This record gives sequence, C-alpha cells and structure tokens, in this order.
Amino acid sequence: MQSRRDAYLQGAKDALPAVIGLIPFGLIVGAASTAAGMDPWLAMAMSIILYAGASQLAAIGLMLHSAPMLIVLATVLVVNLRFVMYSAAMAPLFRHLSPSRRWFLSYGLTDHVCALVNARFTTAGSHRNVDAYYLGCAVPAWLMWNVMVAIGIVAGTKVPKAWSVDFAIPLVFLALVFPALTSRAHWVTALVAAIAAYYTAAMPMKLGLIAAAVAGVVVGSWLDARDAERHAESA
Amino acid sequence: MSIAADSLAIITIIGAGAVTLIARAAFIVMPADTLVPGWLTRALKFVGAAVLPALILPDVMFRELASGEFVNVYRIAAAVIAGVVAWRTRSIFTTLAAGMVALWLLKWWGGI
Repeated sequence: MQSRRDAYLQGAKDALPAVIGLIPFGLIVGAASTAAGMDPWLAMAMSIILYAGASQLAAIGLMLHSAPMLIVLATVLVVNLRFVMYSAAMAPLFRHLSPSRRWFLSYGLTDHVCALVNARFTTAGSHRNVDAYYLGCAVPAWLMWNVMVAIGIVAGTKVPKAWSVDFAIPLVFLALVFPALTSRAHWVTALVAAIAAYYTAAMPMKLGLIAAAVAGVVVGSWLDARDAERHAESA
Repeated sequence: MSIAADSLAIITIIGAGAVTLIARAAFIVMPADTLVPGWLTRALKFVGAAVLPALILPDVMFRELASGEFVNVYRIAAAVIAGVVAWRTRSIFTTLAAGMVALWLLKWWGGI
C-alpha cells in the first residue's frame, strides 16, 4: 500500500462484504424507529449521533416504554462496551496521529473496521497509512448505514411482517460472535451469558441484557485469572 | 405509544451518543503511558463473547410467538443452521442469507 489513496481503496475493497451486510440491519433499525412512532428527524439524528445499530435498537425499545434515562444510558453502555476492547486494539496503531484525528477516527470504530484493520496491521509492523486504510473501511460503512436507516425510516412499516426481516439482527450478531470466541474461557463466557439471557428474558426494561452480559464477563474473567495463576505456578 | 421529540428524548440521545463515543475513544485517545487496572483489561476481553449471545438469544427464542407457544422453534432451527454457517464461513453476508432462507423455508414448510 504505497499511497494513501491505495490504502483507502484497499480498505473499501476489504470492507465490501460487511458493508453489504449492513443493508438489512440499517433498514430494520430505520423501520423500528418509525414503528415506535419516533419523529423521523429525531430517528435520523439518533442514527448519526450513536452510529451503533444494536444499541440504537435497544434504546428505541426502552424509550418507547418510557424507561428512565439512566436505564437507557446503562443499556447503551453495556451493548457498546465491546468498543472499548476494539479501542484498545486500535490504540497502538494510532499513536503517531494527533488527538483530534484520533477522536475523529474513534467515531467510525465498528466491529468490522476493528477486525479488518487488525488483520492487516500489527502493533510491531509498519503503521504507514493505517488511518487511510481505516477510513476506507469506515466511510463506506457509515454512508451505507445512514442511508439504509433513512430508507428504513421512510419505508417504515411497509415491509410485510411475514417476511420476519427483524430476524436479520440476531443473524448479524451470530456472524460476529464466532470470531470473538478465541479460547475455552470465551466459549464458557458465551454459554453462561446465553443461559443467563434465557432466564432473565422476562426482566423489565431489558435489564436481562445487562445481567446476562455481567454474568458472562464475571465467569470469563474468573476462568482467565485462574488459568493465568496455574501457568504462573507451573512455570 | 410513541417516542415524542421532546427535550428528554434529545438529552437521552445526546447522552447515549456521548457514552458510545467515549467507549470507542477510551484507549485510542489515552496517553501511551496510562496504567489500566488488570481486572479491567481482563474483563474487556470477554465483553464481546458475553454481550453478543445476550443480544441474540431473546431475538431468536421469544419473538413472533404464536399464542400458547413458549419458544419460537422455527427461529431456533434457522438460527442453528445460520450458526453452523457463521462458524464455518465467518461471513456476515452468507450467514444472513442462510438464516433468512432457512427461516422462510421452515415457515413455508410449517404452513405459517
């Protein structure tokens, strides 16, 4: 990747399948806000300000049921906590950039951007044009996302219910979950979170989501700490 | 029921946006020599593995329930098929296609 232009185009090319995958997801989020009786401009502003589909859906569901603002913010935080992990993965690659540029790049950080940039750049290797490649992954995704949300808002509830397009949402997460399961502790974490989600599904205000996520993380961390201790003892 | 475009909604959305941006920027804007507590880095490693299943499960099991149904068997079966495809291909697009087609075929076969 000699020039910044080449790096950008390579990023856009690598991100294409993920960007296409955003089409149904964005449409559904747009349609969900219309179905919730949300003002179209408010829905569009939400999409641009949050730019995080899963948390947008969760927030729409909670706001519709007039949940307290703190519950909405806590749920959005938990759904988006995985970005903190992505942020940690990106940080070593962006050390040479100015603070304002780092804030700007942060805004575009998503699951697929982190995965693609991680696959092409390593902490030890060259970071030449990493930001151009990153933007090549992120800008088409941002445009596709917000255009699809806009179409979803306008088309609203015209899509027949029988098509079950909302099923696309768990399918997108299903495709994202396997790359996250990198060790036995991660598999156990996912299993604990799934079982907890089953038993807490009836909790009010989507509190089951927070409870299940916390249960998974606690068990995963505990297993990880125990394994690290054993390694230390045997060494 | 609807979501009014009042000041509470606007403040909530701006707050949610701030929380999200801070999550994304957390490590990227931190100075290189900042010390992060060990338990936090450990916990963060497991966030994705915990949050994603917690989001998936209710959407697969408890949506579009017919009266008297406790779980949605069509969605569970389609999700298992899509899960195998996701595991083998790691592709968002293939997983989406497999899962949606599986659900439509199952519902058609079941006469829904």
